[in-house]
Amino acid sequence: MPFTSNIPSGPLEQKWTRYISEIKLVSPANKRKFQVIVVGTGLAGASASATLGELGYNVKTFCIQDSPRRAHSIAAQGGINAAKNYQGDGDSIWRLFYDTIKGGDFRAREANVYRLAELSVKIIDHCVAQGVPFAREYGGLLANRSFGGALVSRTFYARGQTGQQLLLGAYSSMLRQVRAGKVKLFPRREILDIVIIDGAARGVIARNLVTGELEAHSAHAVILATGGYGNIYFLSTNGMNSNVSAAFRAYKRGAYFANPCFVQIHPTCIPVSGHYQSKLTLMSESLRNDGRVWVPKDPKDKRAPQDIPERDRDYFLERLYPSYGNLVPRDVASRATKLICDQGRGVGPTGYAVYLDLSDAIKRDGKEVIEKKYGNLFEMYEKITGVSPYESPMMIYPAVHYVMGGLWVDYNLMTTIDGLFALGEANFSDHGANRLGASALMQGLADGYFVIPYTLGQYFASHFFPEVTESQKPFEDAKKQVSEFIQRLISIRGKRTVSDFHKNLGSIMWEYAGMERNDQGLQKAREMIKNLREEFWQDLFIPGSVSEFNQTLSKAIRVSDYLEFADLIVEDALNRRESCGCHFNVAFQTPEHEPKRDDENCAYVAAWEYQGIDKPPILHKEPLLFENVKLGIRSYK
Amino acid sequence: MSRTINLTLKVWRQPDYRSQGRFETIEAKDINVDMSFLEMLDVVNENLQLQGKDPIAFDHDCREGICGMCGAVVNGRAHGPLKGTTLCQLHMRHFRDGDLVVIEPFRSKAFPVIKDLVVDRSAFDEIIIAGGYISVNAGSAPEANSIPVPPQNADLAMDAAQCIGCGACVAQCPNGSAMLFVGAKVSHLALLPQGRPEAARRVLGMTKRMKELGFGNCGNERECEAVCPKQISISHIARLNREFFKASFISREV
Repeated sequence: MPFTSNIPSGPLEQKWTRYISEIKLVSPANKRKFQVIVVGTGLAGASASATLGELGYNVKTFCIQDSPRRAHSIAAQGGINAAKNYQGDGDSIWRLFYDTIKGGDFRAREANVYRLAELSVKIIDHCVAQGVPFAREYGGLLANRSFGGALVSRTFYARGQTGQQLLLGAYSSMLRQVRAGKVKLFPRREILDIVIIDGAARGVIARNLVTGELEAHSAHAVILATGGYGNIYFLSTNGMNSNVSAAFRAYKRGAYFANPCFVQIHPTCIPVSGHYQSKLTLMSESLRNDGRVWVPKDPKDKRAPQDIPERDRDYFLERLYPSYGNLVPRDVASRATKLICDQGRGVGPTGYAVYLDLSDAIKRDGKEVIEKKYGNLFEMYEKITGVSPYESPMMIYPAVHYVMGGLWVDYNLMTTIDGLFALGEANFSDHGANRLGASALMQGLADGYFVIPYTLGQYFASHFFPEVTESQKPFEDAKKQVSEFIQRLISIRGKRTVSDFHKNLGSIMWEYAGMERNDQGLQKAREMIKNLREEFWQDLFIPGSVSEFNQTLSKAIRVSDYLEFADLIVEDALNRRESCGCHFNVAFQTPEHEPKRDDENCAYVAAWEYQGIDKPPILHKEPLLFENVKLGIRSYK
Repeated sequence: MSRTINLTLKVWRQPDYRSQGRFETIEAKDINVDMSFLEMLDVVNENLQLQGKDPIAFDHDCREGICGMCGAVVNGRAHGPLKGTTLCQLHMRHFRDGDLVVIEPFRSKAFPVIKDLVVDRSAFDEIIIAGGYISVNAGSAPEANSIPVPPQNADLAMDAAQCIGCGACVAQCPNGSAMLFVGAKVSHLALLPQGRPEAARRVLGMTKRMKELGFGNCGNERECEAVCPKQISISHIARLNREFFKASFISREV
């Protein structure tokens, strides 16, 4: 498989339109002869399943939850960006494109990002038609708010539950196709291998999480929409079941993995309160619209926050970044927060927190207005901490939230394995080294509703497909391999629990491959991970058996993949000799503690090819060509 | 330092759908009151595993109260004692030292037990398949602002659309009715102009499927509303009934 991005020629603005008008099409009669597998039912997976069903393809859709409606896209709070310019504040497709490229610190592909900005307007049209109850103005038209990294209001929202409403829209469209007989659902299934025949992805091995049975499923193409790997850090805002297994096993089968070290740490999460904690909760970035982030000027000031007068507060984001203020992009806000806390100026019982204060907004707009905008977030905060944000400012601290890295894909969203596609957070393509708020929902839906329906058709129309059945040897072999792997895992019979290993791995990753990295720490992490992996395979204990509903076993499989995948994050972080976006290596910084890019040597996508366990992977570089934007210093000052 | 408490748990243990279940008594010691209920179960499960025992199976994912995956009946109440709260958002500060806590799965004829506290709620997906959508193909939608929606309708629709499909309403209802779940979806789409063309077909299809799947009818007990973590009002059941009668009397869809 040649390693090329397959970006269509021609001017940026015309690439996608021209691509659509020139691709080969599959006749309606032939569409029903094709079988597609979609793994994952978040925004990308559900929208792809729905649309492919609408077109007449036969779709088998898999998810790990009991119902496809529960994929973690559901937890996205703030909103979805679209270049509608309904507010007349100067927005345009170009501006959304530029903000996204700049927000990603110039490490994304121009053509992909432009297509994303172009499709953003169609997404809103489609979601409104599906009945998504977006917020509206008194006249009945759609309302917008602003988000980090942008000076326009282009974010559409449904209270603080935008992800939920968009996902339920995609889910209901997908279920409509179940009724039409075009989509078949396989819930409570984990994909543990991709089956490749004659160099092309022709099926998967799924594990039934209720019975433990391994199932073989064949298809003409496989689409992975399996989300991100943030849970490798143990504590993250990801759903507890989100994992890297399907994507990682595709990587082991030959799909290149791109930019794995680009991990986004979200600035506004509820701080860690104890060692028992299982996950962290996000407080939507939209709160930074009306909220002000501060710490006391004097670190020894132990007064209650509401008793500290204005003059004794340090609104550090406003001070450091006067033009964007509290609305700087996530990576910038997270690092500033960490720096303040590392200087011993943080608040709360651990000192690892800062205040996010909405009292000025409450005074300005009244409690009712603020309640309407953020009521559910305030409620959630109060439930978790026992403190009401109406009375006292919230405490926040950064936490792992999203990964920009993912399976390498070309312009068609196809990986380096023929017929294996990756959509949404599972691919690497659109957000560069840092994703802007309200852009994940946009990308997931653009990929599923408006990109894959075309690019998959083009793939089908231009390839020949030999007959494949699930009883063929490659399926039998893959099944046997997975089964032996699981047997090996459950037979360890050691003493330590899987959560214990996961926590251990998480703390290594957070400490050495988190918000700030340095070569020495990364090398240390490499050793620690290797040792932990060895211990895992000697001392893990899994209760119960293989052929039952065994949640510990399912988790152990995921953690075993994380223990290998962690190497790749470290390797990638060590390789990138610059700081950019979320990847911050202390050796590469400006005097103001901002990341210092090296455009001459590092303007590339790092795509890694698997070589075997304990063998270093091979690095392939896809150069990033900027023909339409000027690489500038990413300043929000 | 946070306070800790000791609890006695009586937990429903059932190996699978076919087997008989029973209550097991488990001591939960030194529980930090800042933990969530599910974190408390995590701690109990870690200890069970260290003793070589089978941990308590329970469903969970987002732990932010939005995915609808978690849920159990705690001391007779679906999702526990706190109003408008899923089990994952219930924190241990609402319990007292020495409390006896009885934990059971969401019981209903339509929700078979898979293991311990884990139940099969695919019946909810079946109901949505029977009509809980607006038929629109990707790419065919008109410009978004060409469909104005009065904000009060959008707001009401959003109130209903918040349903997380957890099944607490069914578990708490003496009749095992899914009327609040169905009412929320019917109401959400009926309140929007986009949902009107299919309104009759939708309500008839969904209610028919609901009955086939073994859910009971509404007896106006209002238990569903009382335990709904999203506090969805039974006025949506009233709208469901209105839509149902309208469709039955004047629609040609029957």
